[in-house]
Amino acid sequence: MLWTTTKRIIRSGFFNFSRNAFVSLSSVLVMVITLSVIGSLIFVSAILNASLSQIQNKVDINVYFVTTAQEVDVLAIQKTLQNLPEVAEVSYVSREASLEAFKKLHENDELILQSLDELDDNPLGAILNINAKDPSQYEGIATFLDNKQLLSADGTTIVSKVNYYQNKVAIDKLTKIINSAEKLGSVLTIILVILSVIITLNTIRLAIYVSREEIAIMRLVGASTFYIRGPFVVVGTIYGVVAGIFTLMIFYPVTYWLGGATSNFFVGINIFDYYTHNFGQIFLIIMASGIVIGAVSSYLAVRKYLSM
Amino acid sequence: MPEYRRKIGVVFQDFRLLSDKNVYENIAFSMEAAGRGDTEIESDVPHVLELVGLSKKIWNFPHELSGGEKQRVAIARAIVNQPDIIIADEPTGNLDPVNTYEIVQILKKINDLGTTVILTTHNKGVIDSLGRRVITMENGQVVRDDKEGRYII
Repeated sequence: MLWTTTKRIIRSGFFNFSRNAFVSLSSVLVMVITLSVIGSLIFVSAILNASLSQIQNKVDINVYFVTTAQEVDVLAIQKTLQNLPEVAEVSYVSREASLEAFKKLHENDELILQSLDELDDNPLGAILNINAKDPSQYEGIATFLDNKQLLSADGTTIVSKVNYYQNKVAIDKLTKIINSAEKLGSVLTIILVILSVIITLNTIRLAIYVSREEIAIMRLVGASTFYIRGPFVVVGTIYGVVAGIFTLMIFYPVTYWLGGATSNFFVGINIFDYYTHNFGQIFLIIMASGIVIGAVSSYLAVRKYLSM
Repeated sequence: MPEYRRKIGVVFQDFRLLSDKNVYENIAFSMEAAGRGDTEIESDVPHVLELVGLSKKIWNFPHELSGGEKQRVAIARAIVNQPDIIIADEPTGNLDPVNTYEIVQILKKINDLGTTVILTTHNKGVIDSLGRRVITMENGQVVRDDKEGRYII
C-alpha cells in the first residue's frame, strides 16, 4: 500500500514536470540563477581566502643580528622561536647569504659594489625571518623578542634591531583590512543567498498557485494530504536536480574563460583549476541547496491550499 | 477526513475535472487516491465509462469534451469508488435540456443500482419527471418533505 502510493507519487511528479513543461522551464531557470549566486559565492570566497593568505604570508618580522654574533647563538634563538605556538616558520639567512642577496640586488650599481669591496669584512649581519600563523600574533612575538634577553654567551647583546615596530602600523592596518573584508564578505554572502532563495520560493509558489483548483479537486475526491503534497515535492526536487546540473554545466565554460584573468589579476589562484579540483564538494553544495530549496518551498506552498 | 470523502461521491455544476489529465486519468486519480490496485483501476475505469456512455472519449482531455460529456466524466468519477451516497450539486445547471435529460437518466440508473443520490436543482422538469422524494428548502430551513413530490415554489 505504502509502496504503491510512493511509486504513484514519484511517477505523477515526473509526469507533472513534463506535462507543465513551460512552468517547469521557468522555475528551473530562476533556480539556476539562485544556484549560480551560491556557486559564485563559493568562488569569490575562494579567491578572497587565497588573496588573504598570500598577503598574510608576505607579512613577517625580521630580526637583524650584529655582525659579531656567533652562528651558534643565532641558531639557538631560531630554535626557541620555532617552539613558540604562534610561530609558523623561522628562516635563517646567514651573513654570507645576505651579502650575496645584497650584491644581487645591486648588481648594476657599480658604486655600491665598489664600496663593498673596499671593506675588508662583511658589513651585514645574519637575519631571522619570522612568519606568524596569524597576522594578529606578531605583536606577541615582538614582545617576546623584547622581553627575552637575547644575549650571546659572553653577555653582550647580539640583536641589532627588530623591524616589527617600523612595520607595526602597516601590519595593524592590514590585519584590520583583512578582518573587515572577511566580515563584509560573509554578510554579503548571507544577504545574497537569502534574496535569491526568496525569489525561488516565490516562483515555485506561483507555479503551485496555478494548481490551487486542482488541489481542491483532489481534496474533494478523497486524496490524503500526503498523496496531494507528494507529487509537488517531487516536482520541486526535480527542479533542484535539473537546475543544479545546468548550473554546474554553465560554470565549466565560465570558469574556464575567467580562469586566466583571475590567475593573472588576483594573487595566483586559477578559478578553473579550483573548480575542477573541488568539483565533488561544489557538486554536493549546489545539488543539496537546489534540492532543499525546491522540496521545502513546494512543501510550504502546497500547505496554503490544502485546507478547505 | 479523506476516508470519509471517499465514501461520498460528489458532482458539481462546474464539473471540476483535472484539466491536465485525460478522462481515464481523471477517474483513475480518485481510485489511486483511495489506494486501489493497478489491475483494479485498469478494469474498473472502462467499466464506469461504459455505464455513463462515454467509452469512445476515454483518452480525450476535458477541454475536448462538451458540457454534457464532462458532467458524465464527473459522474463516472463519483461512482467509481462505490460510495455510500452521491451528492449532485446542481449537476444540470450548465447544460441544455437534452444533456440534462441524459444526466438525470444516468443518475436514476445509479440509484436503481442501489446508491443513494441527493440531487439539488432548480429545474422543474427534472423533479416532476422523476417523481421521487422531494425536500424543499428555504432560507436554510426544510419547509416541505414529500414522498412523491413535485416542484412547488
